[in-house]
Amino acid sequence: MCTVCGCGENEGARLEPEGKAHDHAHDHGHHHHDHHDHGHDHGHHHHDHGDLHYGQGPARAHAPGLSQERMVTIEQNILGENDRYAMANRARFAARRQFVLNLVSSPGSGKTTLLTRTLEELRGQVPVAVIEGDQQTSNDADRIRATGAPAVQINTGKGCHLDAHMVGHAIERFDALEGGLILIENVGNLVCPAAFDLGEHHKVAILSVTEGEDKPIKYPDMFHAADLLLLNKVDLLPYLDFDIDKCIDYARRVRTDIEVMQVSARDGTGMGAWLDWLQQGRDRVAATVAAEDSPAA
Amino acid sequence: MHEMSLAEGILRILEENSRTQGYSVVKGVWLEIGRLSHVEPESLSFCFGAVTRETLADGAKLELIMIDGRGWCHDCSQEVTIGNHYDACPQCGSYQVEATGGTEMRVKELEVE
Repeated sequence: MCTVCGCGENEGARLEPEGKAHDHAHDHGHHHHDHHDHGHDHGHHHHDHGDLHYGQGPARAHAPGLSQERMVTIEQNILGENDRYAMANRARFAARRQFVLNLVSSPGSGKTTLLTRTLEELRGQVPVAVIEGDQQTSNDADRIRATGAPAVQINTGKGCHLDAHMVGHAIERFDALEGGLILIENVGNLVCPAAFDLGEHHKVAILSVTEGEDKPIKYPDMFHAADLLLLNKVDLLPYLDFDIDKCIDYARRVRTDIEVMQVSARDGTGMGAWLDWLQQGRDRVAATVAAEDSPAA
Repeated sequence: MHEMSLAEGILRILEENSRTQGYSVVKGVWLEIGRLSHVEPESLSFCFGAVTRETLADGAKLELIMIDGRGWCHDCSQEVTIGNHYDACPQCGSYQVEATGGTEMRVKELEVE
């Protein structure tokens, strides 16, 4: 047993940070830590760099041959891997000047109908592609392709949301869509997709007036993550008790600066404002790229 | 049930660190979870037990350190503690409260051997 640092023989401990040479100052021929750098001469370790606390395991058992429990400080984001893929997606979108939206809602909010109407309005003017997320079937992608727009269906199987890795594979197919619009229709679910950044510019929440007006406070995470709320099917308002002002008030409690638009994919109400909003987003992307391309003054 | 994905993310972090930090068994995991994050603690604990079965973290205890939600009240211009995104300012009752903290989901520390 090392009488200086107290670590047991054969415990296999390796200190981080990585890549630093072992600089043990004292000599006792049974230390076998690779790459560790504790220059201890005072019986304890410093743990300032996210490294190990060995020698302080709960058991404090230092007998050679016995394993020893120890604490390791990690400080890593649970969604770190998803966020790395999202960052790669974002870089890919920026390189192709693509404006990308992540559309989130409950099942049945009219997302796909809103999408097909949007595609029809933009046909021949704006290059648009769609990524469809559902647990099963390619029904939605088939509906999109019927408008002439390219679509990729992602079936998540048992999964309840799209993640940045899945989307990363789908967008490879749209590399030729220079300066275009990519609409990602997430799995119909007001909970799980909120946590997963896909690399999009904005999350857009779609809520139909046939649902409850209190959905923004029932599912606050999602409405907090969204930059725009589309209140869909407003042509049905005369037949419903839906209190639209109350719904908007709830949405703004959850997120003070959420934008709200009232639309009907069926009769076209509000579609002009929505299409303008899409164009403004594309303009911002183009302006950002132009600013980066221009030589520094 | 995105907690399953989060639990898989935790397991991936444990496995990656086992190579760089040189351990083969994880006995305990401490997470820092903000009250405004996307986590249902009970669901996450259940999923963690399920995804770690027959892995280096089989049977590991999971401890959640909950971090309060924080928000900036635009009406009374101060930082306040909130439990939900839709909470009113506990000082003035305004809903003009913008979340500023308490959204973290982090693996903080491990007990290993």
